[in-house]
Amino acid sequence: MSTVQQLQTIASQVRRDIVRMVHAVNSGHPGGSLGCTDLLTALFFEIMDHDASFNMDGKGEDLFFLSNGHISPVYYSVLARAGYFPVNELATFRKIDSRLQGHPATEEGLPGVRIASGSLGQGLSVALGAALAKKLNGDDKIVFSLHGDGELQEGQIWEAVMFAAHHKVDNIISFVDWNGQQIDGPTAEVMALGDLEAKWRAFGWEVLHLDGHDMPAILDTAKRARTLTGNGKPIVVLMRTAMGKGVDFMEGTHHWHGKAPNDEQLASALSQLEETLGDY
Amino acid sequence: MLDQIQVSGKSDTRSGFGEGLLALGHSRPEVVALCADLTGSLKMTAFKKAFPDRFYNVGIAEANMMGVAAGLTIGGKIPFTGTFANFSTGRVYDQIRQSIAYSGKNVKICASHAGITLGEDGATHQILEDIGMMKMLPHMTVIVPCDFNQTKAATMAIADLEGPVYLRFGRPKVPIFTAADQDFVIGKAQTIAEGTDVSIIACGHLVWRAVEAAKALEAEGISVELINMHTIKPLDEEAILRSVAKTGCVVTAEEHQMNGGLGDSVAQVLVRNQPAPLEMVAVNDSFGESGTPDQLMRKYGIDTPNIIEAAKKVISRK
Repeated sequence: MSTVQQLQTIASQVRRDIVRMVHAVNSGHPGGSLGCTDLLTALFFEIMDHDASFNMDGKGEDLFFLSNGHISPVYYSVLARAGYFPVNELATFRKIDSRLQGHPATEEGLPGVRIASGSLGQGLSVALGAALAKKLNGDDKIVFSLHGDGELQEGQIWEAVMFAAHHKVDNIISFVDWNGQQIDGPTAEVMALGDLEAKWRAFGWEVLHLDGHDMPAILDTAKRARTLTGNGKPIVVLMRTAMGKGVDFMEGTHHWHGKAPNDEQLASALSQLEETLGDY
Repeated sequence: MLDQIQVSGKSDTRSGFGEGLLALGHSRPEVVALCADLTGSLKMTAFKKAFPDRFYNVGIAEANMMGVAAGLTIGGKIPFTGTFANFSTGRVYDQIRQSIAYSGKNVKICASHAGITLGEDGATHQILEDIGMMKMLPHMTVIVPCDFNQTKAATMAIADLEGPVYLRFGRPKVPIFTAADQDFVIGKAQTIAEGTDVSIIACGHLVWRAVEAAKALEAEGISVELINMHTIKPLDEEAILRSVAKTGCVVTAEEHQMNGGLGDSVAQVLVRNQPAPLEMVAVNDSFGESGTPDQLMRKYGIDTPNIIEAAKKVISRK
């Protein structure tokens, strides 16, 4: 099996995990999770040089920061499937006494999570700080971050974008999940993002584009992004995705941003997603 | 003991921070500093010059500063952020809450120009709610040193404490009366004078005012136990209870709102353990205004005479 096929196989299982997790507690955010499944699978199973035995400082390894913390289902599934913690623990998602909080947290010591996120707009600043620490430590590994497109409405993001260019934080690759949807509806209706490429470029970032569901393209773009590090500029990948990708009735709409499927909808979703690695 | 207090000069507490930070720069290579366009005001210039690679000016963007600081801890750095107290707390409360406190990050939030003694800039900059906001956050340590020497000692001490810290200091030049070589123990109150009639528990700039008040009270034959409660959280409950067991009444004094400050922390300890009359010298549910520090302390009721008056009143309530 080729690398791409292997990643697609894992992604199918991750999508099953996501819909099962949110169904089990009748809450959580499947839409963005499904939309970012291909990227997170590729990052943790191919692109990143990382250590699942987990050390908070992450010296000598690539780091990932999830800024749009509400897509915790995909994050948890990928972390578990990558060996950070037992896959069975996915069954505790959002339940009392769980390490798998509704939004990612460090308080319970879940391996893989280095910062709490959920209140939007904070993760880019944190990722930049971690990238600067790498520079101070002479660590040539890099930092990845993921942000929602709606999240770009937060002012702190643009403080961080400006900071990154000024301080030449060129060991970061940030992804924007550009699905054009947010809770209240399409971003174009709620608060239009305008010309995202022009905005990031004007702030001094290197801008790449990506179809976030094209696995070969994800690998190629990540490789190209990595070659662009160390050149004095931070790098952003504007990644076009469909919210709810992989489940036909969830795809391309904001209605499944933060809503769980009922029993019937779960059955329909699972019938579209092959069980490849065994359900938890 | 009161007559043994020696004033070695006058300086601003923020300069104590600046000196402490510079010393840390030399002794602790993992210490880094961030500032939001107030390098001179925060007295961080010497650190910046000595360690340019470990200093980040983030511009006027405090929210980003808190996040970057949180990130720098991942990789083993000990970041010290510097800006005015108002912009160190209220402006960035959610960033501190999520990225620093809840995430348990080893960030030292160093805040100058706290309280009303900021003076002429007026109420937009005179934060009087910051102690309350910070002490409410789980994991957060809150420290309010009283003079130059103590601020320097506290700055150096917090580098050794793993976890988030809020260090609050100020702008005006105030008497230096604690020892230059003091051993600053976080969470351990400093007893300045022992007495039997009333306990005065103060923090920050009000400690010196409390010294003045205690001298005046002693001259009238009132025996004062004076405690410098430089650590608001974790609070030295034992010191409070030991003192009130002797004196039977307490005055608290602080440059902060009555709601949420030192006084309300002391009140909780008293009512839970050993109820006793308490008078709080603090700003009473009001914003400040422009003026000189002395004028403002007088007008807003946090001056030496207010402590004297509160002491007499609380003794009468015993």
